[in-house]
Amino acid sequence: MTTIAADAVPQPLKFGRIRPGQILIWTLLLLGGLLMVMPILYMFSTSLKTASQVYDLRLIPAAPTFDNYIKVLSDGNFLRWFGNSTFIATTVTLSNVFFDSLVGYTLAKFEFRGRYFIFLAILSTLMIPTEMLVIPWYLMSSQLHWLDSYWGIMFPGMMTAFGTFLMKQFFETVPDDFLEAARIDGLNEFQIWWKVAMPLVAPALSALAIFTFLGNWTAFFWPLIVTTSRELYTLPVGLSSFSDAQDTRWEMIMTGAALATIPTLVVFLVLQRFIVRGVMLAGLKG
Amino acid sequence: MANIELQGLVKTYGKTTAVHGIDLDIADGEFVVLVGPSGCGKSTTLRMIAGLEDISGGTLKIGGEVVNEREPKQRNIAMVFQNYAIYPHLSVAQNIGFGLYTAKLSKAEKDQRILATAKTLGMEELLSRRPSELSGGQRQRVAIGRAMVRDPVAFLFDEPLSNLDAQLRSQMRIEIKRLHQRLGTTIVYVTHDQIEAMTMADKIVVMRDGRILQVGTPTELYESPVDVFTARFIGSPSMNLLPGKVAGAALTAPGVTIAGIDAATIASGDVLIGVRPHDLVVGQVGTGLSMSGFVTAVEPLGSETLVHLDIAGTEVIATAPGKLVPKVDTTVAASAIPGSLYLFAAADERSLGRL
Repeated sequence: MTTIAADAVPQPLKFGRIRPGQILIWTLLLLGGLLMVMPILYMFSTSLKTASQVYDLRLIPAAPTFDNYIKVLSDGNFLRWFGNSTFIATTVTLSNVFFDSLVGYTLAKFEFRGRYFIFLAILSTLMIPTEMLVIPWYLMSSQLHWLDSYWGIMFPGMMTAFGTFLMKQFFETVPDDFLEAARIDGLNEFQIWWKVAMPLVAPALSALAIFTFLGNWTAFFWPLIVTTSRELYTLPVGLSSFSDAQDTRWEMIMTGAALATIPTLVVFLVLQRFIVRGVMLAGLKG
Repeated sequence: MANIELQGLVKTYGKTTAVHGIDLDIADGEFVVLVGPSGCGKSTTLRMIAGLEDISGGTLKIGGEVVNEREPKQRNIAMVFQNYAIYPHLSVAQNIGFGLYTAKLSKAEKDQRILATAKTLGMEELLSRRPSELSGGQRQRVAIGRAMVRDPVAFLFDEPLSNLDAQLRSQMRIEIKRLHQRLGTTIVYVTHDQIEAMTMADKIVVMRDGRILQVGTPTELYESPVDVFTARFIGSPSMNLLPGKVAGAALTAPGVTIAGIDAATIASGDVLIGVRPHDLVVGQVGTGLSMSGFVTAVEPLGSETLVHLDIAGTEVIATAPGKLVPKVDTTVAASAIPGSLYLFAAADERSLGRL
């Protein structure tokens, strides 16, 4: 017993030697972090400056003021654009979560003729850049009278090849036994998908929802092309209207942008865990 | 409860035939085990009974009604899967209650049935837990509970104990058997483990290559196997086989002495002599089949020891009774009494009877 007690005396904690490689990595990561954070800090800084102070590049404004926020928020258009972006990003996200997973599930779990061909056809659309699709989308919208409407902004993103691919891959990991057990218990195919398969791929669904929401919240190119009425602008398009041929009102743009990042920050803070997992699952950058 | 009849049941996948027109009658309340090696068609047969696989040919009757074209839910059977198939996002109570999803019962009635089922399985304390908080045996009980709660006409088990460790497996074997004795519901149970088949079944169905080789009680299969495959599949360790010859009334085999056995009833020709390790006793001297062999390995089991012998190049397993543990690399004698030998035709491996 005495021997054991002597052996059990706690040893002082030993810290591993810090290697030069680690110092280099930390330095690079720190610099990278600063590079990412600086534009955001400047955005908030500029939003607290007056028009005459905008080109004074000090990070901390000489006379910070919230006047820009009052101006932006009292302008009816901004709140409207905020609402538009919220509505569009939410609708498109819900649509993607529903349709991408429905198609992904069908491709993953049902045997039917042409299944592989359909999957390849969907995948192949990933190889076409958005810039190439914009003209056919515009012509289609024009012929169907969808220009300058919410539906016109939303329809290209209501279902995505990436989302379908992601969900198909995840549904393939759901054991068939789970679905067959539900089939024996008397559920129909839609109920099996909704009640059994969907909860089992919740991490992938949350990743898809986060990426889709953020992608649509920041979308600029297509909403700019398809909308002409100021009341249909999304936030990024609306903010760009603060800049015209004569003048660019940076303090207003930065104030609007600062306000626009709030939902993104909230989404990130609340769903941080899911985003990290989502990035790992999807194998792509957020 | 209901009986199940398989009449010429066929399953084909493209040009491959997985089940070749099998016939089987499962009586009401019977515990039937389908046993065989991987790919023998036992799981496919079970899935056809469940309605999870289309039937390519033949007729399937449950309770006297043809159910070939009926959906799984219309057959009123319940199935327990190898990986339990209990849902990780639902509690134990919700998992058990899932079996009642389509039942036209009030919530109070459903809750009552869930509780009654949980009590039967001794799980009422675990109802609010998630599957991740349960042990393997408890998860298996939840899966059985979900099957039980619906009060089906038959239970189908698809290798339900394969994921459990040896100790838990033997415990669950007894639990399932007791459950069957209490409920009296027809059970069709698939396994590749002959010990499960022997210990649980009222009737064992041995399958191979999509065909039924033999149907019988565990004792019938053990005592009177129809061929070498069944003889070696049933019983552990597997039956020893020695090449031999019948000439008139004499039975001979290289490396062994056979005395006091009259083979006059067996047609002359090449045979395989089968002897179970438990019938081949080390140190026993007498008439019958006796041999002397080199000990290559021993497996002490406590109450007895399995002794691996080399007999003229053929490996044979014998049993040393009690605490006797022969040494490796020594020579020992072993013998089997008359009446314990199984004879098979060397050509087609069919049984020729016992001597």
